[in-house]
Amino acid sequence: MAKAVEAKKFSGTPGQIRQQRVERAGAIAISAIAAVWMLANLIKAPEQFAQVAISGLRNGLIYALIALGYTLVYGIIELINFAHGDLFMLSAVFSSFFITYWMGAEESNGYGWFAFGLCLIAVMIFGAVINVLIERLAYRRLRHAPRLAPLITAVGMSFLLNFVGLKWNGSTPRQWPTVIPSGDINIGEVRISMITVWLFLVGFPLLLALNYLVTNTKQGKAMRATSQDRDASTLMGINVNKTIAFTFALGGAMAGAAGLLYQQSIGTTSYNLGFQLGLIAFTSAVLGGIGNLWGAVVGGLLIGLIQGLNDGLPIAFGQQWSQSVVFTILIIILVFKPAGLLGKAVTEKV
Amino acid sequence: MAKTSVSNNVTRSNRKWIIGYSIAGLILFITYQFLIPWEGLPLGIYDAVYQWMPPSAINESLVYVIMALGLNIVVGYAGLLDLGYVAFWAIGGYCAGWFMSEFFYFLNIHFLGSVPAEAPGIHINFWMVLLIGGFVCALFGILIGAPTLRLKSDYLALVTLGFGEIIPQVFFNGENFFGFNISNGTKGIVRVDPIPVGVKDLGPFDFGWKLLIFLLLTAVMVFISLRLRRGRLGRAWLAIREDELAASMMGVPLMRTKLASYAVGAFAGGLGGVAFATHVDGVYAERFNFTISIFLLAMVVLGGMGNVWGVILGAFILSWVNGNGLTAFGQFYNDRFGTEVDFASFTFLLFGLVLILMMLFKREGLLPESRLKLMLHEDELDDEDASGSKKKVGK
Repeated sequence: MAKAVEAKKFSGTPGQIRQQRVERAGAIAISAIAAVWMLANLIKAPEQFAQVAISGLRNGLIYALIALGYTLVYGIIELINFAHGDLFMLSAVFSSFFITYWMGAEESNGYGWFAFGLCLIAVMIFGAVINVLIERLAYRRLRHAPRLAPLITAVGMSFLLNFVGLKWNGSTPRQWPTVIPSGDINIGEVRISMITVWLFLVGFPLLLALNYLVTNTKQGKAMRATSQDRDASTLMGINVNKTIAFTFALGGAMAGAAGLLYQQSIGTTSYNLGFQLGLIAFTSAVLGGIGNLWGAVVGGLLIGLIQGLNDGLPIAFGQQWSQSVVFTILIIILVFKPAGLLGKAVTEKV
Repeated sequence: MAKTSVSNNVTRSNRKWIIGYSIAGLILFITYQFLIPWEGLPLGIYDAVYQWMPPSAINESLVYVIMALGLNIVVGYAGLLDLGYVAFWAIGGYCAGWFMSEFFYFLNIHFLGSVPAEAPGIHINFWMVLLIGGFVCALFGILIGAPTLRLKSDYLALVTLGFGEIIPQVFFNGENFFGFNISNGTKGIVRVDPIPVGVKDLGPFDFGWKLLIFLLLTAVMVFISLRLRRGRLGRAWLAIREDELAASMMGVPLMRTKLASYAVGAFAGGLGGVAFATHVDGVYAERFNFTISIFLLAMVVLGGMGNVWGVILGAFILSWVNGNGLTAFGQFYNDRFGTEVDFASFTFLLFGLVLILMMLFKREGLLPESRLKLMLHEDELDDEDASGSKKKVGK
């Protein structure tokens, strides 16, 4: 298979050099604007700044967990899995039902923690199974079809999961009791809620475990090989179908965990939450460099931070523009640096 | 393959369709304008028509048809996935809102309008607003396309999606957009001028006559689609759709051709937006959401990407199901079997299934275009070869 690096195709030509110059100038200008904006806010309201930054990072962790699913799937079969956000939504609904109805845990005590732990395992399995099923039933049959076909199928899947969520959760948002303790830790003037702390305590080990799985195990090696060259991997004796299914399972499990953490920290679920969060998460994946695991994490945290700052700071667009801010970032990144912050140069397979 | 498609082109873009289309349109118009309100008609038929296919549903379907034809140029002809088409609908709608209502109450500009001269606001003739809406949208299409069209197909889809979220949000929060009120926010712009057609002005309830106007607009879009497809630009679009690399090697200017498809597609979005504003007699920000973009995409996919008649069929079926059919069927079913099933909530299921099943089993749509059919099933023609060399045709 012929492989040509896009960057190489133009290397040395004036066009390539101009592109790089534009990229650098754009990056400097945007960073400068961001720095000025943050500095102005920091001077005006330092405590508030720290406060919203922390809550932004908390959302960012959830974005990162979802973004991992996007980045894993995109890395291996180059498909934007639009249904992923809705899988996250279903996981959040599943967690609420699991903890509140099926386990009957409603407050933070020993039993609540037990339910939480059990739910973490259950919801990760739930997410993995659904994602693998989607891949098996729809995407696998379209693997050699033109690009448009799996993409449209993914959009259809997203609608299907949305429907399941609508029937399961109901058409209005639902409030749920949470089992994570809700106290606060005060550091100076800044309040950090216990939920944030627990979220990081649960979420970060998951990220590390995933990273270990992908970089240090045989299965992870198979995944990386498959994402580089599917046919060569087949020749090397890797079961490509199984590897792709495993990737979907990993992504689904991460979305499941994100669903539980979201439900426990925010306390509400609604059937259309997957679309918005999914898009934000995808933006994070693109921002960090799609296909790059740590890129997704960095991107997620960064988007969470920016969104938090925009929503909560005195000099900002405010919450009603939150969506637009995120998408503007997405567009700017895609136009000026499609490879993302941590990504390698885009490889174009011809 | 090349030979068949050329001969196809010629037969397809014959002017014969105009006759058939006019007859079908006239029958539809006479039925709704004269036959249904006729008193000699048995009451049962009147009720049945109003339950299953009220005139407003027909008109709304036609607006969707106009829009889907525009999206077809982008997705079906040029093969670029656009997930934010609703942005053009919104812009077109607000063009109608700005230039055909009392929204700018502090101004008093009239140009061949249909309201008395002392009415405040900008009141420009409907037909001109159509053009304005179309061209403003085309301009926005170019503005959006210019920086983004060199992206890979799925990134492009995402960027369009981003614009499809940003632009409606601008209108949604438009009550205070850097200090200006550009859209009345969530309240929307209520009451749009009636359509002047010489003898009378068509208000929001003149469904029959407005049907005629929407039919005319649809015919214009069909004409544009067919003519363009046959011409130089259309052939360039198809070439890009089938193999971008090969097309650029053959001397097709990729950027300019893609931009043209964006502009023409957006133009149709503008027409549809203005038409829809007159149909519902207002512009409401919360109507412009992502679901609409997907509905339109589902229409194009169901009917048959690239084939004008297929797209019309798909748009008619799905917009009827979504607007009226499902509720009417639900009522019928619940009355018959004494159940309480909420059928309207099944839209998500329906549209999701349409997209998935069509892609899995009948990628070319209900009324397929022969050329696209070959392309979409290339993976099956040479499956062994494809697994070896990973063909990516429609990227």
